Amino acid sequence: MPARAPASRYATPLDHAIPTVISIANLTKTYASSLQALKRINLEIRKGEIFALLGPNGAGKTTLISIVCGIVTPTEGVVIADGHDIMRDYRAARSKIGLVPQELTTDAFESVWATVSFSRGLFGLAPNPAYIEKVLRELSLWDKRNDKIMTLSGGMKRRVMIAKALAHEPQILFLDEPTAGVDVELRRDMWALVRRLRASGVTIILTTHYIDEAEEMADRIGVINKGELILVEEKTKLMKKLGKKQLTLNLLEPLASIPLELSDWRLALNAGGSELEYTFDGHEERTGIPTLLKRLSDLGIGFKDLNTRQSSLEDIFVSLVSERTGDQR
Amino acid sequence: MSTLAFNRHGVWAIYQFEMARAIRTLFQSVVAPVISTSLYFIVFGAAIGSRMTQVDGVAYGAFIVPGLIMLSLFNQSISNASFGIYFPKFTGTIYELLSAPVSYLETVIAYVGAAATKSIALGLIILATAAMFVPLRIQHPLWMITFLVLTAATFSLFGFIVGIWAKSFEQLQFIPMLVITPLTFLGGAFYSIDMLPPMWRTVTLFNPVVYLISGFRWSFYETSDVSVEVSLAMTLGFFVICLVVVGWMFKTGYRLKS
Repeated sequence: MPARAPASRYATPLDHAIPTVISIANLTKTYASSLQALKRINLEIRKGEIFALLGPNGAGKTTLISIVCGIVTPTEGVVIADGHDIMRDYRAARSKIGLVPQELTTDAFESVWATVSFSRGLFGLAPNPAYIEKVLRELSLWDKRNDKIMTLSGGMKRRVMIAKALAHEPQILFLDEPTAGVDVELRRDMWALVRRLRASGVTIILTTHYIDEAEEMADRIGVINKGELILVEEKTKLMKKLGKKQLTLNLLEPLASIPLELSDWRLALNAGGSELEYTFDGHEERTGIPTLLKRLSDLGIGFKDLNTRQSSLEDIFVSLVSERTGDQR
Repeated sequence: MSTLAFNRHGVWAIYQFEMARAIRTLFQSVVAPVISTSLYFIVFGAAIGSRMTQVDGVAYGAFIVPGLIMLSLFNQSISNASFGIYFPKFTGTIYELLSAPVSYLETVIAYVGAAATKSIALGLIILATAAMFVPLRIQHPLWMITFLVLTAATFSLFGFIVGIWAKSFEQLQFIPMLVITPLTFLGGAFYSIDMLPPMWRTVTLFNPVVYLISGFRWSFYETSDVSVEVSLAMTLGFFVICLVVVGWMFKTGYRLKS
């Protein structure tokens, strides 16, 4: 199997039904430091979907987004956004795209209203106070509209950046690590907002470290590592494939071996027999946990604590990367 | 939305943003240069000038006015324009400009236009301040305005280049302090280059600032170190060079895009 898969590898029958809004072909980026951040990326984003790009730090997520948005110049390759080449027809392409970058970079002395209105103008649109008001209200920023940005909390600044990205009514929205360092409330608000935007026809591409975020939000997931797109898959399929969970029981008394009566479950004994670990598929309707616990109680095996753990992105990477290495041998 | 031919809303947004910054920092932008110019008048005009005879038939206090306005114009244009583009680079907010449907020409028009507007306003304020100290006459008001606008635009463009080039606040200060101020002082701001020994006069003719000050002073008093056509040609030449450099910077993404 070739190391670099063509775009068609990721094609599904749905591709013909749903139009493509972003098409990325052979996209390569080598920085002046000779770091190759992207290696011949091929990717198609469908109109109206929520696409999550997963990957560890330095995988190339931000570089990919930055190229599409016009902040970084590609070394090679073509990107078409809403039918417009991002290099040759940058005006038309960029006016359709909104970007919320990862870093909290805002003007300090401007008011919320001024900075959001500025963004709308910068993207070539005539002032529309009613629309700006709507955006600010949706992001719970209306009460803060006259405040200087420097007086706002980190979470509020993040909302301001989203408002700026939405100020020109983009059809495609990039959210680079939108929930990094964000509290639970804002995270929920953000997810709700993303869903509302999607419902209004906006295509959303988000990058994240958190698999649960991708799981919660995305229609499709792309995994990127070391500048290569390792896989692109429907979320439901991917989660099924990769969403392993583990239940760990801290036993009252250590076990020498796993009793035969428990052979129906995939169990392992750890920590010198004082931890019983059960691996199961978190997406199955029947996880087998209640019956396992009942059986343990019947057998008189007590435990003082328990916790469950979902396979982390890290685990998924390890398994994906080792799979690929195996493929190439 | 159809493809924009000229993003006038974008240009206006940047222009307004830059002007709002000047209004927020009114003290640094206007009061400080006016005070320092007044000090020049007290020292050179009143204290030293009172002991000097006329230069080219003009009272010394009045003679230095065009040079002083030019000195402020150079420094303010450069610092306004360089700060305007450097600061977004420093804070990271430049991402928005780079991702916006704004062409490089529009970006330059907006930033340089705002910086030039501010320094022209300042030049006129200094002129008004000077009129309180010395009797002024302006022989060619239109030419005076032409030189004022052209010089403000040229040095704002130059400042814009400095702002893109600079990697630190120190570098931002470097050009105005170590290049422009000495060239202005040695460029006939406070004297006629005829007052120099012949050898130094020749050396001074390699200083581009001589031509700018000379042309500007001619519009006031019809006295000049070099012909007004040469002054105009040099100013325009410098403007075109700056425009070409900015064009190259945007095309290659020099220190703006990786």
